[in-house]
Amino acid sequence: MLLLDRHGPLDDAWERAEYVCQAETKQVLAPFAAIVGSDAITDDMKIGALLEPERTVAEVAPFFDRLDLIVIHFPSSANGRGFSMARQLRQAGYKGRLRAFGALIADQFPQALACGFDEVEVIGAAAARQPAEIWMAALNRISLGYQRGYGTESSIVERRLLAGAAQGAANV
Amino acid sequence: MAAAKRPTLPAILIANDLLEGEVVFAAAQGWTRDPRQALVANDEATAQSLEKFGATEFLHARIVDPYLVAVEVNAQGVPQPRHYREALRALGPSVRPDLGKQADFQI
Amino acid sequence: MYRYDDFDRRVVRERIAQFASQIERRLSGALTEDEFKPLRLKNGLYLQLHAYMLRVAIPYGALNARQVRQLAHIADTYDRGYGHFTTRQNLQFNWPKLKDVPAILSLLADVDMHCIQTSGNCIRNVTADHFAGVAHDELEDPRPVAELLRQWSTLHPEFDWLGRKFKIAVSGAAQDRAVLKSHDVGVRVVRDPATQQIGYQILAGGGLGRTPMIGQVVRDFLPREKLLKYLEAVLRVFNLEGRRDNKFKARIKILVHELGLDAFRARVEEEYAAIDATSADLDPREYARIAGHFAPPAYETLPAVSRRLEEAQARDEHLARFVEHNLTRHKQRGYAALTISLKPIGLPPGDASSRQLRVIADLAEKYSFDEARVAHTQNIILPHVRLEDVPDIFAILRAEGLGEANAGLITDIVSCPGLDYCALATARSIPVAQALAQRFADPKKQKEIGELSIKISGCINACGHHHVGNIGILGLEKKEAESYQITIGGDPGDAYALGELLGPGLPAEHVPDAVERLVAVYLAQREPGETFIETTRRLGLAPFKAAFKEIADVVA
Repeated sequence: MLLLDRHGPLDDAWERAEYVCQAETKQVLAPFAAIVGSDAITDDMKIGALLEPERTVAEVAPFFDRLDLIVIHFPSSANGRGFSMARQLRQAGYKGRLRAFGALIADQFPQALACGFDEVEVIGAAAARQPAEIWMAALNRISLGYQRGYGTESSIVERRLLAGAAQGAANV
Repeated sequence: MAAAKRPTLPAILIANDLLEGEVVFAAAQGWTRDPRQALVANDEATAQSLEKFGATEFLHARIVDPYLVAVEVNAQGVPQPRHYREALRALGPSVRPDLGKQADFQI
Repeated sequence: MYRYDDFDRRVVRERIAQFASQIERRLSGALTEDEFKPLRLKNGLYLQLHAYMLRVAIPYGALNARQVRQLAHIADTYDRGYGHFTTRQNLQFNWPKLKDVPAILSLLADVDMHCIQTSGNCIRNVTADHFAGVAHDELEDPRPVAELLRQWSTLHPEFDWLGRKFKIAVSGAAQDRAVLKSHDVGVRVVRDPATQQIGYQILAGGGLGRTPMIGQVVRDFLPREKLLKYLEAVLRVFNLEGRRDNKFKARIKILVHELGLDAFRARVEEEYAAIDATSADLDPREYARIAGHFAPPAYETLPAVSRRLEEAQARDEHLARFVEHNLTRHKQRGYAALTISLKPIGLPPGDASSRQLRVIADLAEKYSFDEARVAHTQNIILPHVRLEDVPDIFAILRAEGLGEANAGLITDIVSCPGLDYCALATARSIPVAQALAQRFADPKKQKEIGELSIKISGCINACGHHHVGNIGILGLEKKEAESYQITIGGDPGDAYALGELLGPGLPAEHVPDAVERLVAVYLAQREPGETFIETTRRLGLAPFKAAFKEIADVVA
C-alpha cells in the first residue's frame, strides 16, 4: 500500500474498522453509514469516513465539522466520478483531509490535487508497479492549468491577467 | 478485436506489434509481418499453444490484442482468413492497393 | 486566427513529455495495457485495422499555411504521404508508429498543433461553423467562444475521466452549420430580445451512434460571462450521474433521456447555483484577448461583381460550374468563401496527399489571408478569396485533382474510413462512396439533381453521420458479408431530422441502383425549386420505400 500527498509518501495513521465501536485506537476510518449510526464516537477521536458510491454531498455535509478525513473510492482508474465528488465536497465547505483511494495511476495525482484531494492511497499490484518516485515525477510534469479555481497555483488565465496588468503598468 | 465465438480450425494467430502498430502473425519462430508465413494450427493443441504464445508476448509488451483467426488453406498451402474483416487485415485497405501487406509482399 | 502564447505552448510541450513518459512506463510494465490505452487515446492514438492511427486536433477546423505544410511534412516523413480529414474537422494519419509519435507530436507543437483529447472519454475537439467570420447570416463569430472552450476543456483536471466521450459544437449564425443537435452540448450565439445583449443558448443531449437522439434546449439564454460556469455544471452532473455500467448507455444523451429534460435541467441549475462565481465566471479581459485574434482581415474595397471572373466563366464551362457550386456568399463585397472539394470522383472522400496539402497551403497563404478551414463535410474552405482571383485558384486546383465542382451535390459524399482502415467497422464505406460518385459523375446530372447529401458510415458508431444524411448508408455485417442499410430524410441543420430506414440491407453492388431509384422518384415528383430533402419531407417515405422495394425484391 502506498499513501502520498504532494510532499511525498506518508505513513497511514488511520485504523480501519467496519464499525467505530470495534476500534482499538482513537483514529478510526469507517464507512460513512457506520459513522452516522454510531454512538461510540468520543470527542477525543479523529474520525474518517469512507464514502459509499451512492453517497451524496448533501448527506455528508452536516458531518463536515466532525470529520477529519473523507475517503472517496475510485473503483477503476477510468472512473473519474470521484474528482467531481471531491469538488462538490470542497464547494460545500469541507475543510478536512480528503483522500482518493483505489486503482489510480500516477498521472492522476496532479488532477486529484487540483480537484481538492490532499492525498492518494494506492493498493495492491498497482502500488507495486508505481512506486512513490513515479507519482512525484508525474506531479512535477504538469505545471500549468487553464482552469480557474482548481489547485493552489494560479491558472493560466490569472497569469495572463497579471502579465497584462504588469504590461499596462509598465506602459504608464 | 477478438471474435466472440471460438474460431474454427484451421486457424492462425494475429496481433499488432506494440511499437510499430503493424499487424503480425505468429510464425514457426516468433512473429512475421507476412501473412503467408503464418503458422497454421490444424488441431486444438496447436491452437492453444499459439494462444499461450500470444499471451506471453503480450506480457512482455511486444504485441497487443492477439487472437485466433479461422483460415482456409489454399492449394499453395497459404492460409487465407475466412472472415472478410480478417482478410482485410492480412492484405491492407482495399481502396489503396499500393499500401499494406498486399503491396509489401505482392499478394 | 488564434496565436498561441507561451502558456499555450508550454501546455502542449508538457503534455508531450507526459505521454512520452507514459509510453516508457508501458514498455517497462509500470503501466498495464488497460491503464495505458485510455492515456494513448487521450493523445489521439488509436490502434486500427492495419496500424496505429493518429488524430490531429484542428480546433474548430482552423489552419494556417505553416500548419498545413507541417502536416504535409509529417505525412511524408512518418506516414504514407497523405492524411484524412474527418467529420469533426480533425486530420487523421493512418500509418504512424508508436515509437515515432513523440517526434510527430513535437513537429506538431512547433506549429502550435497537438493531438490532445482527440479520443478517449474526455472533452473532444470543439467544432464550429466552417464559415465562421464569413457568412452573411452571422450574428457573431463563434470562433472566440470555440477557442475559449478549447482552452477551458484542455487537460481539465476534473473532467478527464468521464463515462464517455463529450463533444461540443458552437454556432454563431442564424443557420446552424455546426450540427448542434448531434452534439453532447451545442452552444448557439443568440441575442436577448429584451436587452439586445449577446449570450448563448445551450442545447444538450444530442448524439448519433447506436441510439441517435436530438439535442434539446436546456438554457434559453446565458450571459457571456456565465458560459464556463454553466458548462462546468453540465459536465459535473454528467460526471457524477452518467451511467458507467454500459458503454452504449454512457453518453449524456442517455442521462437526459432517463432523467427527463426538466429533471436534468433542474440538476444542472442546482449545481450551477452552487458553483463559486468568482473563479468560474469568464473574465471579460480574457475573452477580449481571445476575440482580438479573430478580427476581420484587411479586406480591400472591391465591386460586388468581378469583371475578370465573369469573362473567364463565360469562356470556361468548368470554371462556370465551379463558381456555381463551390463559392459561398461572403459578408464582404467582392469576396467569396471557396470550397476545395476533397471528393474527386472515384477517390476516397476526405483524403489529401502531401502534395495537395502543400498546394492548399500555398493557396491559403496567397489568396485567403493565410487561412484555411476544415468543414465537417470533409472539404477544405478558403474563407476569404477575392472573386477576381477565383480563375487562377481554380486553374491550380484543377491541375492538382482538387477542382471537382461538386460542393453540396450528390457526389460530395461524406464517408468515414470504414473497414478499409477502422478496427471498429463492420463494413467498408469508401468503395461504396466511390461507386456512387462514379454512378453520378456526369456534371449535368449532378446539377439537375442539385443539393443532396449522402453520408456513409461503416458501422453503428456513425462517424460518417449517416443519420443526418439526406440519404444515409450504414454498412453492417449480415451472414458473414457486408450489407448496406439505406435511410432517407436526414438533415443536420435547423430542420434537423434523423433518417428513416427504407428496407433491408443490400449488398454493395446494388447500392448505386437503389440510390438511382430514389433520385428518380425525386426528379419525377419534385416541385419547381424543391431540393431533395424538401421533396422527401413533402412526400414522406412511401414512394421512396416503394422504389427501394423494387431493388430489394430483386436481391432477395
